[in-house]
Amino acid sequence: MSKRIITYAQAINEALRQEMERDSSVFVYGLDVADHKGINGTTSGLAEKFPGRCLSTPLSEEALMGFGLGAAINGLRPVNVHIRVEFLLVAFNQLVNMLASARYGSNGKLSVPIVIRVLIGRGWGQGFQHSKSLQSIFAHIPGLKVIMPATPYDAKGMLIAAIRDDNPVICMEHRFLFWQEGEVPFEPYTVPLGKCSILRSGSDVTIVASSWSCVDALDAAKVLERKHNILAELINVRTIAPFDDATVNQSVRKTGHCIVVDSDWTHCGFSAEVAARVQEDCFGSLRSPVTRIGFAPTHCPTTRPMEDLYYPNAETIIRVTEKKLGLKPADLSDEKFHNYENKFKGPF
Amino acid sequence: MQKDLELELYQSMYRMRAAERAIQQEYPNNQMKTPMHMSIGEEGIVAGICTALKEKAKFYGTYRSHALYLAVTEETDGFFAELYGKVTGPAGGKAGSMHLASPDHNLIMTSAVVGTTIPVAVGGAFREKYMNTDKIAVVFFGDGAVDEGVFWESLNLACLWKLPVLFVCEDNGLAIHTPTSVRRGYDSLGKIARQYNCLVYDSFEQTDVLTIHAMAKKAYAEIQRFRMPALAIIPYYRYLEHVGVNEDFDVGYRSCDEFEQWLAKDPIALLRRRLINQNQENAVVSIEDAVNKQIFISVQKAKDAPFPRPEELYRGVYGE
Repeated sequence: MSKRIITYAQAINEALRQEMERDSSVFVYGLDVADHKGINGTTSGLAEKFPGRCLSTPLSEEALMGFGLGAAINGLRPVNVHIRVEFLLVAFNQLVNMLASARYGSNGKLSVPIVIRVLIGRGWGQGFQHSKSLQSIFAHIPGLKVIMPATPYDAKGMLIAAIRDDNPVICMEHRFLFWQEGEVPFEPYTVPLGKCSILRSGSDVTIVASSWSCVDALDAAKVLERKHNILAELINVRTIAPFDDATVNQSVRKTGHCIVVDSDWTHCGFSAEVAARVQEDCFGSLRSPVTRIGFAPTHCPTTRPMEDLYYPNAETIIRVTEKKLGLKPADLSDEKFHNYENKFKGPF
Repeated sequence: MQKDLELELYQSMYRMRAAERAIQQEYPNNQMKTPMHMSIGEEGIVAGICTALKEKAKFYGTYRSHALYLAVTEETDGFFAELYGKVTGPAGGKAGSMHLASPDHNLIMTSAVVGTTIPVAVGGAFREKYMNTDKIAVVFFGDGAVDEGVFWESLNLACLWKLPVLFVCEDNGLAIHTPTSVRRGYDSLGKIARQYNCLVYDSFEQTDVLTIHAMAKKAYAEIQRFRMPALAIIPYYRYLEHVGVNEDFDVGYRSCDEFEQWLAKDPIALLRRRLINQNQENAVVSIEDAVNKQIFISVQKAKDAPFPRPEELYRGVYGE
């Protein structure tokens, strides 16, 4: 397959365009999907290329979620887009009470092939209503699938798989990732939902990361190797529900140490679920308790110095690993990590 | 032809009433373990609309779905099996009374959270427009659902995108036990709806099934002709308590006098009288006998049918 370097946003746009070309039952709708900004470029050009199939909507999130359910159970394949996860909460009633249980409540007679794309996470100064992630809330509900592609390759392949899936799939896209570049085949392809990937092999510690945390964890893993000769095995969870715990457990049995970095709060969060499953399955292999890293247990403040305290970063992961393995803290003053100011450019 | 239609409507309504009378008899035996929201009083609305739009519509409803299910499917075996929680029900017992549906018969979904199927019907209507069919979506909901924001969002969306949907507000004047007078900051739903780009049918004073049947035919034609959705507001009286199989006139939130006024124009009694006056007594009695027999057999079959097997607990959470 022919590969070239494109961004995460371009990968999503290409997935949507190719699936709309392939299947006329696929359509895209949501607030501002057809405007000049096109949801960070991810829906750009679709309204022109596919008349009547890329629709900007009224600000009626709840009705539009139910609308998507109605379209899906009658045979269409809607892609509903939310530019902030906070706005998706307005549709929570439909999502949890209706979409999640429609198949079960009909004893399998109704099929709900809908994708809900939602932008999550940090952006500078976004404050407490424009920056949440909340993946564990959605992953808690049986009947929903929750994916968090972290690379351009995954973004295209997982979104195509989600569109072809017969279940409601929530595709959570961290806004920092949109500028990330990587190798992506031009031809349509799928990345199976419910499978982790190993971003980096190692034998000393397992780091399980979701979404943007994969970028921080990869930065941290490189520094750990250079400064301490520690080889971290980095697992990109890719799918929160259903969760591929087998890959994680296999790694932890090898390394004996597990750190979970999740772009969300830790309390009742996905990181807690990973920790629980690892201790259930790998109790005898663990050489230290599972450590969780996530947002500070407070609201996201707007002012920058406090915002920096709220979010964990690559340095947090390095310090946690050093402590876990009994290493002296390395000097990080010369290290450059990925952040908003130097928008992520490098391929994974 | 008119005679056949009247007999068909009578059979449809009589089936609903007789099925619910059977539920009233059987429910105290505690074998139907599902909350019952009874349709008694509502029959004329669903019988009129569903009979008129059979083959032309997909239907969506609420937890008060017994009459709707019977109107659309015209069968009682699956109906009672679902109420008894048996594997032979349309949802294998997973749905019960509050989620009775049969997509195979174009009764797509019913739901127990107020207002939730309204936007689903709008999405269904979008599909019909998208695929350029001549089907419409019909969604039934109570006046309580009009208090929900999602009703107004859905109405707006259907009007904006000119979708073929018939919204049917079955207005019994009560949300559980609370009357519209203490819930609404406006006088007339019909008046407000006329400000939207939709058709409004709201001149009903009773649930005369022939009037409602004629309205549904007209609504279908006008939805297609004017390319816009329609809202029908049809008052009726809930004969029984909000949930459960009994009357509740003793608790004081409404009067028995009111009930008696409505009972005097009961749609089933009205049509029966009309048919008898047309010398159709034999046909009426033969419908009643056949329906009673059908229900008796269905109840027995439901009681005899097996419960779902344990592995069913997990089946259908996700599709393959």
